[in-house]
Amino acid sequence: MKKLLLLLTATALFAQQRPDIIGQIVGTQKATIAIADMRGAGRAAEQTAVVNSTIFRDIEDAAIFKMAPKSMYPLKVPQRPQDFRKPLQYDPNNRNADPWLMDWSEPPVNADYLAFGYTAEQDGQLVLFGWLFNVRQPDVAAAQVIGKLYFGPLDETGARKVAHEFAADILKQFGVESLAGSKIYYVSNRSGHKEIWSMDYDGGNQKQVTSYSTITTMPSVSPDATRLAFTSWTPNGPQILVHSLETLRRIPFYNPRAGVNQNASYTPDGKQMVFSSSVSGYSQLYIANADGSNLKRITQTRVVEVEPKVNPKTGNDIVFVSGRSGVSPQLYRMNIEGADVQRLTTGEGQATNPSWNPQGTHVAFAWTRGYDPGNFNIFVMDVATGNYVQLTSGAGRNENPTWAPDGKHIVFASDRGGRMQIWSMLADGTQLRQLTSSGINEKPVWSK
Amino acid sequence: MTTKRSSTALAIALSLSFFAAGCKKKIAAPPAPSKPAPVETAKPKTTVARPIIRFFTAEPTAIERGQASSLKWEIAGADSASINQGIGSIGTGANIAGNRSVFPSSTTTYTLTARNAGGESSESVTVNVTAPPSKTVTTPAPAKASFGEELARLLKDVYFDFDKSELREDSRSQLTQNADHLKSLFRDYPSGTATLEGHADERGSAEYNLGLGDRRAIAAKEFLTQLGVSADRLRTLSYGKERPQCTDNNEGCWQKNRRVHFTGQ
Repeated sequence: MKKLLLLLTATALFAQQRPDIIGQIVGTQKATIAIADMRGAGRAAEQTAVVNSTIFRDIEDAAIFKMAPKSMYPLKVPQRPQDFRKPLQYDPNNRNADPWLMDWSEPPVNADYLAFGYTAEQDGQLVLFGWLFNVRQPDVAAAQVIGKLYFGPLDETGARKVAHEFAADILKQFGVESLAGSKIYYVSNRSGHKEIWSMDYDGGNQKQVTSYSTITTMPSVSPDATRLAFTSWTPNGPQILVHSLETLRRIPFYNPRAGVNQNASYTPDGKQMVFSSSVSGYSQLYIANADGSNLKRITQTRVVEVEPKVNPKTGNDIVFVSGRSGVSPQLYRMNIEGADVQRLTTGEGQATNPSWNPQGTHVAFAWTRGYDPGNFNIFVMDVATGNYVQLTSGAGRNENPTWAPDGKHIVFASDRGGRMQIWSMLADGTQLRQLTSSGINEKPVWSK
Repeated sequence: MTTKRSSTALAIALSLSFFAAGCKKKIAAPPAPSKPAPVETAKPKTTVARPIIRFFTAEPTAIERGQASSLKWEIAGADSASINQGIGSIGTGANIAGNRSVFPSSTTTYTLTARNAGGESSESVTVNVTAPPSKTVTTPAPAKASFGEELARLLKDVYFDFDKSELREDSRSQLTQNADHLKSLFRDYPSGTATLEGHADERGSAEYNLGLGDRRAIAAKEFLTQLGVSADRLRTLSYGKERPQCTDNNEGCWQKNRRVHFTGQ
């Protein structure tokens, strides 16, 4: 069952990518990496715990490596390349020998790569000396893949910065953009009102973005990450507002005269927005310029239709949520003119919260299929074939999945721990991480 | 107050002197100089005398709001007679006598006018109305209640089925009652407007429920408008599931949240 799920996921998710990535996700062809804990000199020592946990997590989260089990690491851990001394004859049982590459490449570690280094205080700054070695190579000169210095402030922020940068360089060697620079926008009530907040991809650096003191929710970020659109209760009811993420100030958006304007979402070029508006008396789907001008209606029904999302690759397909079948809301697709409508989900339960992956091939969404109303789980569907896999089950209510810029991770909201919180996972349902814990947190979107 | 009382006493004294029968009687304040005196007792020179209002009284003449006062009258020689303040004709014929209970909500002067070929006569009585003393919460709200308070007291929520915005039978019946209240409230408070808040239970998505709450409020508004409630004094506002009035995880609670709630501004 699990094997089938993994296979389905892998095939579905990465059908258009290199076959070796399928292998990496399924776990058959992943390189193994070991990450040696760094030590720190002087005041840098206080930050080593943050440095080590940040590097480890960035690498593990990228999901392109098999992580060598730490309990198997050799006792003598190198801090610099000079610590390696090639023995005349390698003897794994010689406890007095100097560190050597084969300590890492041979059983029980069996690593292909080793990340190591140290931190120090230099002119009041934090410096990380980082190396990545291919430990399968015969000597130190051939083994070095990365050897670089990273600078940051001598505090926790600096520790996170240098660690993220080192991890990003490692991932870049394997053709993967690190998520370390990415942001997650979400809704939190911890100020006493629902407001938009932001955080790093790993839950660090949580900050309040809006202060409207009403109800502010449903964030959406422009593809270039310069603008944040959301829905806020104004004296005219729930309306769409837009902030610049560069100036953090509000910029104009002209709402149609309607009781509800919500679910703003950008087209791939960032020049237009699709959204749901009750101008006609029913929430229907509209497209307008990014400032709200040049409004055009897309759907023409007398039911509630919400959450339009434009395919980020084609710019032409829209997935959306509609009650037009006469059953509970389901997922549909259509072209941007509103034609060629096709139902994607089976008609069972309630389907909601669609989100395209960056490749424009798959949609993650929340569905109650097989459960009572309200018991949503996260699903991923290959839009071309209609095949879908269920990623969560038996763990509370799970909703609002959105894809990370790497197309491999999903952030979502779940009340599995009691209160609704933000979680991330790999798109095969593994590597679950809880990112928030203060207040109630929901409606995450993952931006670059 | 003192002035009024002494003038009433004077009026009674005058009327006693005019009517040997000694019936209790009040007359109106002196009319404007340009009009003829309302009570004319001079002996008629024409063949038809004007009607004689033997008496027109209110008993009692001071009440609290909500209580009744009884108007009584006896008229001789009239062809017809009527009382203003919406009471209208009180009869025809040579001798007209009768009584009627009135429930004025504020101090009101009733004027009886009797007519015949010779002219008309009129008499007025004033019923002074005072606000009832403030009582326990079981009494109706005091007159000074704001529009919003009155609306909150009178208008009840209307409820919906899961994932539906169609009006159920019980919702139509409640809305019909709400329509009557709204019409009279809008009459009594000319600047008041009502907001119909649409709510949904927690189970659907927040996005869909925001659209659904909007639909519920609009459906209720359309129904009220069909019953003659002024559309431009009704506003809709969806909260979706963002403002539940009940947060338990059961159908009883969900039903309470699938509603349209009324507030007044």
